[in-house]
Amino acid sequence: MKRIALTLVLALAPAWALAAGGGACGAIPCQDADVDLNNLASLQRGAKYYVNYCLACHSLQYMSYGRLSRDLQLSDDDVLGNLHFVTADGKKKLADYMTNSMTVEQGEEFFGVLPPDLSLASRNRGDDWVYTYLKSFYVDNTKRFGINNLVFKDVGMPHVLASLDGLKVPQYEQTGEGDDSHQQFVGFEEVAEGAMTDAEYDQVVRDLVTFLSYVGEPGKLEHRRLGVWVMLFLFVFAAIAYMLKKEYWKDVH
Amino acid sequence: MNKPKSSSFMAWVDARFPATKLWNEHLAEYYAPRNFNFWYFFGSLALLVLVNQILTGIFLTMYYKPDAEMAFASVEFIMRDVPYGDLIRYLHSTGASAFFVVVYLHMFRGLIYGSYKQPRELIWIFGMLIYVALMAEAFMGYLLPWGQMSYWGAQVIISLFGAIPFGIGEALSTWIRGDFVVSDATLNRFFAFHVIALPIILLALVVAHIMALHEVGSNNPDGVEIKKHKDANGIPLDGIPFHPYYTVKDIWGVAVFLIIFLFIVFFIPEFWNWFLEKDNFIPADPLKTPEHIVPLWYFTPFYAILRAVPSKFGGVVAMGAAIVVLFLLPWLDRSPVKSIRYRGLLFKSAVFVFVVSFIALGWLGTQPATSVLTNFARVFSILYFLFFLLMPFYTRMDRTKPVPERVTSK
Repeated sequence: MKRIALTLVLALAPAWALAAGGGACGAIPCQDADVDLNNLASLQRGAKYYVNYCLACHSLQYMSYGRLSRDLQLSDDDVLGNLHFVTADGKKKLADYMTNSMTVEQGEEFFGVLPPDLSLASRNRGDDWVYTYLKSFYVDNTKRFGINNLVFKDVGMPHVLASLDGLKVPQYEQTGEGDDSHQQFVGFEEVAEGAMTDAEYDQVVRDLVTFLSYVGEPGKLEHRRLGVWVMLFLFVFAAIAYMLKKEYWKDVH
Repeated sequence: MNKPKSSSFMAWVDARFPATKLWNEHLAEYYAPRNFNFWYFFGSLALLVLVNQILTGIFLTMYYKPDAEMAFASVEFIMRDVPYGDLIRYLHSTGASAFFVVVYLHMFRGLIYGSYKQPRELIWIFGMLIYVALMAEAFMGYLLPWGQMSYWGAQVIISLFGAIPFGIGEALSTWIRGDFVVSDATLNRFFAFHVIALPIILLALVVAHIMALHEVGSNNPDGVEIKKHKDANGIPLDGIPFHPYYTVKDIWGVAVFLIIFLFIVFFIPEFWNWFLEKDNFIPADPLKTPEHIVPLWYFTPFYAILRAVPSKFGGVVAMGAAIVVLFLLPWLDRSPVKSIRYRGLLFKSAVFVFVVSFIALGWLGTQPATSVLTNFARVFSILYFLFFLLMPFYTRMDRTKPVPERVTSK
């Protein structure tokens, strides 16, 4: 019977491997976002960048400021003074959710479509996708905002972080021969300087992705902490259960 | 000191309700074969997962809103703003998949040891009914988070009924949805079925399943009847009281199960897109069809069979037949022996081919239906059905080994 169990496991292995494999990000391979949810400073910076650059268009409608202040260890004053900008009636509360004032009509007028809520972007797209996406804007003058993206073709949004990132055009190399030949993306060439070096910009993007990863599943760190204790308890419990079973079964032959 | 008091208390109860009688009949004096192995953990584990689903389900119902406008947001509210709500939700979502893992292994145990054979046909039938009710329960529950996959999965599956000819199909699927597309009306009725109707049916069937089992007694890996050899007191020589022997053994099984189960709940609740799908983190949008609509893994073998048949109605019939044929197992199997241990190469090979086909179909059901993959699905669908349709022949032709009189020790 052990053989049958083993066969089952082996038969399942390819499906597992396929399911676990990393995918492509649009036209290019994904880059590793290297998210560390334990990095509190990165999370706090990510929150800052998010409310400064993203929140006006992309709400986080399921995320409350109260939970944000607690999890990111920010004071209530910090949150209400520096992160919470918008309310309809001018009264800012920690119980508010991270919404914005853009209406569907405005979104359609500005961008053709209302910019999506990003509460669950990290869970839907994955951290690596968001990371690669934010690093893949390039100049394309056929587009409304003069910007396109290698990860999300013909995306409707402008490059909001262009002042930091600068403007880039993709470089391609011809590879293969005859029918096999195709354009291979090899990197970007900067055509307008941003305020930041590449490394600094990467860190900004990583902070944003870390923040979005947290927003996607705010309880994740807590689960990991709690989960370790649950596992430890279960190992002890299993050991005792096993000994109990052995003891009771001594007289069964 | 306490003993006379408690026994007089029990005497008082027993005169009015068969508490001690039930305890003895089903636990303390229910004699189970002493040679249960690994495969015999999954019945009690299925019961454990059922309890988990009911308990976590009750708590989820306290905050969940079965309303197309509010459902998705209410789930996110549970995930973020209800204390431990996210863990309760993961216990429930992981529990759904765990239920099928455990039930599939439980059914496989029945298959290899011939547990469905005479006199246990009704146990198998009740078990199959549980399996079908469980599929309905899982399918309807999956609509409730009202994500893209919830919505489009339900849309695709319900529209299958539309393939039934003579104008019945369309009317039937409209009747099921309560609308011409999956909508708020569908969500509300699925909620009613998921939290009330089907759980009641499931519990009743579980009771029937266990009553039938305790009436005839458990099978075992040797497939011999322990009731054939009894001692002077009428107790099977190879039987041991379920309690305490199998209760303590099952506690050990529960501990191992919980280590795996709770590891997934706490650390990898999505299970790489197998338990919680990425697309279900987008709210349902009736105007935007996802690229690949994939049912959850426990339905994919049947989904692959459905897609393998070129005509839609034929596919629906094949999918239904794939489940119906399982009910017939007790009568398809003509072998004189129960357990795979004493069967010949024919049955062993058939089971191997069946397991490979079922898993392959499960994987194919998750993939886009390209022509190459569809052809593979056809081959494995045929093998799936041949396992059952040829069973009366190969089980009779098979060269069985002599079955021992008594159970064998490991």
